[in-house]
Amino acid sequence: MENQPHVIDYNQPVITVRDLYKSFGNNHVLKGVDLDLYKGENVVVLGRSGTGKSVLIKIISGLLKQDKGTANVLGEEVAKLGGKQLQELRLKIGFSFQNSALYDSMTVRENLEFPLVRNQRQLKRKEINESVERVLNAVGLSQTINQMPSELSGGQRKRIGIARTLILRPEIMLYDEPTAGLDPITCIEINNLMNRVQETFKTSSIIITHDLTCAKATGDRVAMLLEGKFIKQGTFDEVFNSDDERIKSFYNYNFIK
Amino acid sequence: MSLKQTREFVITKGVDEYFINLYSAAKFVLRFFNEVLRPPYEGKEIIKQCYEIGYKSFPLISLTGFITGLVFTKQSRPSLAEFGATSWLPSLVAIAIIKALAPLVTALIAAGKVGSNIGAEIGSMRVTEQIDAMEVSAVNPYKFLVVSRVLATTFMIPILTCYTGFVAMMGAYLNVQTNEMTSFVSFFEQAFEKISFLDIFSSLTKGIVYGFTIGIVGCYKGYNATQGTEGVGKAANASVVMSMFLIFVEEILIVQITNSIRG
Repeated sequence: MENQPHVIDYNQPVITVRDLYKSFGNNHVLKGVDLDLYKGENVVVLGRSGTGKSVLIKIISGLLKQDKGTANVLGEEVAKLGGKQLQELRLKIGFSFQNSALYDSMTVRENLEFPLVRNQRQLKRKEINESVERVLNAVGLSQTINQMPSELSGGQRKRIGIARTLILRPEIMLYDEPTAGLDPITCIEINNLMNRVQETFKTSSIIITHDLTCAKATGDRVAMLLEGKFIKQGTFDEVFNSDDERIKSFYNYNFIK
Repeated sequence: MSLKQTREFVITKGVDEYFINLYSAAKFVLRFFNEVLRPPYEGKEIIKQCYEIGYKSFPLISLTGFITGLVFTKQSRPSLAEFGATSWLPSLVAIAIIKALAPLVTALIAAGKVGSNIGAEIGSMRVTEQIDAMEVSAVNPYKFLVVSRVLATTFMIPILTCYTGFVAMMGAYLNVQTNEMTSFVSFFEQAFEKISFLDIFSSLTKGIVYGFTIGIVGCYKGYNATQGTEGVGKAANASVVMSMFLIFVEEILIVQITNSIRG
């Protein structure tokens, strides 16, 4: 597949989040969050640990339910969907987990086949093999096909996790801390991979991170989440040229090449 | 305590939590019956689990079953010998093994081996977000993980119960043969003289009920595991304790029902 620079269609929102609230007991995590993701766009959600970044994408994917507010994905309000409708929507969403969440008891091939054979039962063995090879090539790890997850490095696990989501050809990618716990060189490789995924598979993405290098390398837009709300949204430079002391201190604690 | 705090609970925190857990467990069990007959079916996974749960338990079950039969016969002998009634040993042992010991020993061994394994495996998948990963890739994790395991335990525990009964009887025969030189045919003729179809049926029913209990409890505890690796340990432990408790409660109920049928 030929890679082309991505085009953002600002007339076509794929995710619309409005006035979102979520608490866990007395811990009020999200306090009125608004966010739009447009077709072809990469939005990076930045913020300190525990500010509700992962909670936000878990609500968007239907893994958690909000206390108040709405999260619309591809025109559907996620919280109102049940059973089959939610499953159909989830086929269009790829979720890359922080710890990769590969199935320990399965080989890389079985991990990749798992969602495919269960969602497209009419596929023949040859088609399944082709899909597996296609996504493994896309993440550059064809040689690991028969390995177990325990035999892979942290970076390889992240890539296989991304490959597993790509096998269903999602329209939206949600990345939860894609570079957490990786060395700087592997981080750059993962950043490049996310950009390549966007160009090759024409996805729109929300990338959750606290890594500014990742934000700068992948984000068309950056949204800064602090104390349960987005305090600033814009391009990387717009956000970090801000006079807000909270944003400045976040910037100063990070190292950017 | 402020007024606002006291209103947070309907009765008390503990009682509220108890009823919430009871409701969530009931919902979990009902979901099994709702999902079990609905396609798609995870045939391969069910067979794999039958192999893991059943076939891999054979060595342990063989050993414990054989020893149970042998020791029970050895311990019963002096009491019967006092009345010169050692010829009753085969019937006595058969009644004890088929009616009570085989299903109970199998279930308790399986609760320890299989129940803890299911609780730990699913619990570990929960805390490492593997279950969430299945959900977001539009796969029903309940169907894949829970239904397959519960079906496997429900199917395999009665088979293991029959097998335990057989090896326990072999253990008993070894003891009787050593002491009384009774022949194999004569021992089993005497043994099954007092066994009715209802006894075998109730024993198999126990196996099915215990198998379902072990599977569903292990899955429930694992599926609802929290707090990282500590939660996995707790899930495994709770699976064993809760399964064993329920097995004894079910034993009393099934015995009462069988006795009332017998009249």
